[in-house]
Amino acid sequence: MEFKKPTSLLDVPTHYCPGCGHGIVQRLVGEVIDELGIREKTIGTAPVGCAVLLYDYFDCDIIECSHGRSPAVATGIKRVLPDRVVFTYQGDGDLAAIGTAETIHVANRGENITIIFVNNAIYGMTGGQMAPTTITGQRTTTTQEGRGQNQEGPPLKVCELLASLDGVTYLERVAVSTPKDIMRAKKAVKKAFQNQIDEKGFSLVEVLSMCPTDWKVSSTAAVDFVNNEMKEVFPLGVFKDEK
Amino acid sequence: MSATTAPGHTETGKKLLLKGNELMVRAAIEAGCRFFAGYPITPQNEVPEYMSQLMPKVGGTFVQAESEIAAINMIFGASAAGARCMTSSSSPGISLKQEGISYIASAELPCVIANVQRGGPGLGNIRASQADYFQAVKGGGHGDYRLIVLAPASLDELQDLTMNAFDYADYYRNPVMILADGLLGQMAEPVDARPYEPILELPEKDFVLDGCKGREARVIKTLFLRPPKALVTHNMRLQKKYETIASELQLCENVQTDDAELVIAAYGMTARIAKGAVDMARQAGMKVGLIRPITLWPFPGPAFMEVAGTAKKLLVVEMSSGQFIEDVKLATECNIPVEFLGMGGGWYPTPENIFEKISAIYDK
Repeated sequence: MEFKKPTSLLDVPTHYCPGCGHGIVQRLVGEVIDELGIREKTIGTAPVGCAVLLYDYFDCDIIECSHGRSPAVATGIKRVLPDRVVFTYQGDGDLAAIGTAETIHVANRGENITIIFVNNAIYGMTGGQMAPTTITGQRTTTTQEGRGQNQEGPPLKVCELLASLDGVTYLERVAVSTPKDIMRAKKAVKKAFQNQIDEKGFSLVEVLSMCPTDWKVSSTAAVDFVNNEMKEVFPLGVFKDEK
Repeated sequence: MSATTAPGHTETGKKLLLKGNELMVRAAIEAGCRFFAGYPITPQNEVPEYMSQLMPKVGGTFVQAESEIAAINMIFGASAAGARCMTSSSSPGISLKQEGISYIASAELPCVIANVQRGGPGLGNIRASQADYFQAVKGGGHGDYRLIVLAPASLDELQDLTMNAFDYADYYRNPVMILADGLLGQMAEPVDARPYEPILELPEKDFVLDGCKGREARVIKTLFLRPPKALVTHNMRLQKKYETIASELQLCENVQTDDAELVIAAYGMTARIAKGAVDMARQAGMKVGLIRPITLWPFPGPAFMEVAGTAKKLLVVEMSSGQFIEDVKLATECNIPVEFLGMGGGWYPTPENIFEKISAIYDK
């Protein structure tokens, strides 16, 4: 088997830090777009956050959105062009803090789009502040004694939250911290795109991912943090799968 | 022969009796608007309500958004996907849209935004107001950008300008704001239905994101990090476009200004009211005229300078505590005295109020 770069990704180095999970997640999305043969009918949205430069890495139409508003932008695109494939790629601050309203309502409307939600429990681009998904006790630049000491509340669990909405078709939480997890993540991403092609409605895949730079740990310790800490708080699995 | 064929295709000559808000919807759909996203707020509620009724009949999309912020971002997406699209709101809701408007302006996406103004600041009240002038004309969002701002003074003109707004937006690839107010939105008067004809030769939409089949992938973005001067280059290009718009699109109405010694400057519904005061003053033997900008940006500065060269005095009347007056003074370089009649808080003048002011300052 030959290991090749997906056609849907540009052959360029990325700006992501060593040990960051974004490169893996974007590769999975690129592979799925290739395998489904949809590159020429796909429109992606870039978030505000570390993945803002998504358009420098994907070889398909991309629109860069304001912070948290990708689901609304994607709604506008999809309603105008219902036969195209529209996906958003969002981080935890984008999707679960500033964009919470857009996230809940796009899901509840059952918009026939695909959301790839990368949860690394931190604000990466701005230098490591608390994210809505920062876990209790986790130290960040704005929770220096650990989350939970200053009435920050517990981490927001997006899949659990959205699972209560009747408009949602498919929700799965995966990780990219082990080879087995990555293979499972690929299957989930593919299903989330296939659902859209089959006009099944709203699909979201939450991906637990590493941020060694802002967690201030080594790349291997970051993998351990996902496996040992994050998976405890954010259990992997299918939260909703409407046939 | 029936007067109407199908929604979106009105035959000439059909008389319409609709509220301003409803007429705006009809004109937008007639002009090919096929995507609307909005949120309820008084006094513009008839816009989303009527849109929700008419859009499905023409195969268009109506979305009641979860917020004003979501609505303007749906417009961002719909415009990027190539649709003629529109959102509407009233003052506090327009404030919420400002971030999105800044992005749309930077991305040079065409769209129409209607502000049926109400009193402010804060939640204000639901009476007519013109207190969002600065926000509309100077740029309510962040960064150096401009909106084309249109100020209709009658329902007939609202119909025309709503249709034209879509052409201006497409022609210049720029968001266009219809700056109306609660009076215009809520009142009804008979209007001859105008069928839509483009007033400009519209360019092909070569920016649309519809999948990269048979072409290079496209990107719509507003972040310019590299090279270091990328944003400067982008902004200079925007400014050049704004200069072009300013030189090509200045609309203004002059009423009896040729011999006028006192000229009232007013826009939108205030100008409509001021016309009554001009008639009263003329009957009382005073040479009074009216200058009414129809485009608030670009501001028709030369037309104002011309009036300042013949009249002895200007009287600015506006439904705010004094915003439009600043552009009048700038445009006329304060060459003649500029008097003021205005108030914030949802106050509006009667022709008698204006006549009283004219009488008080005419000979002074």
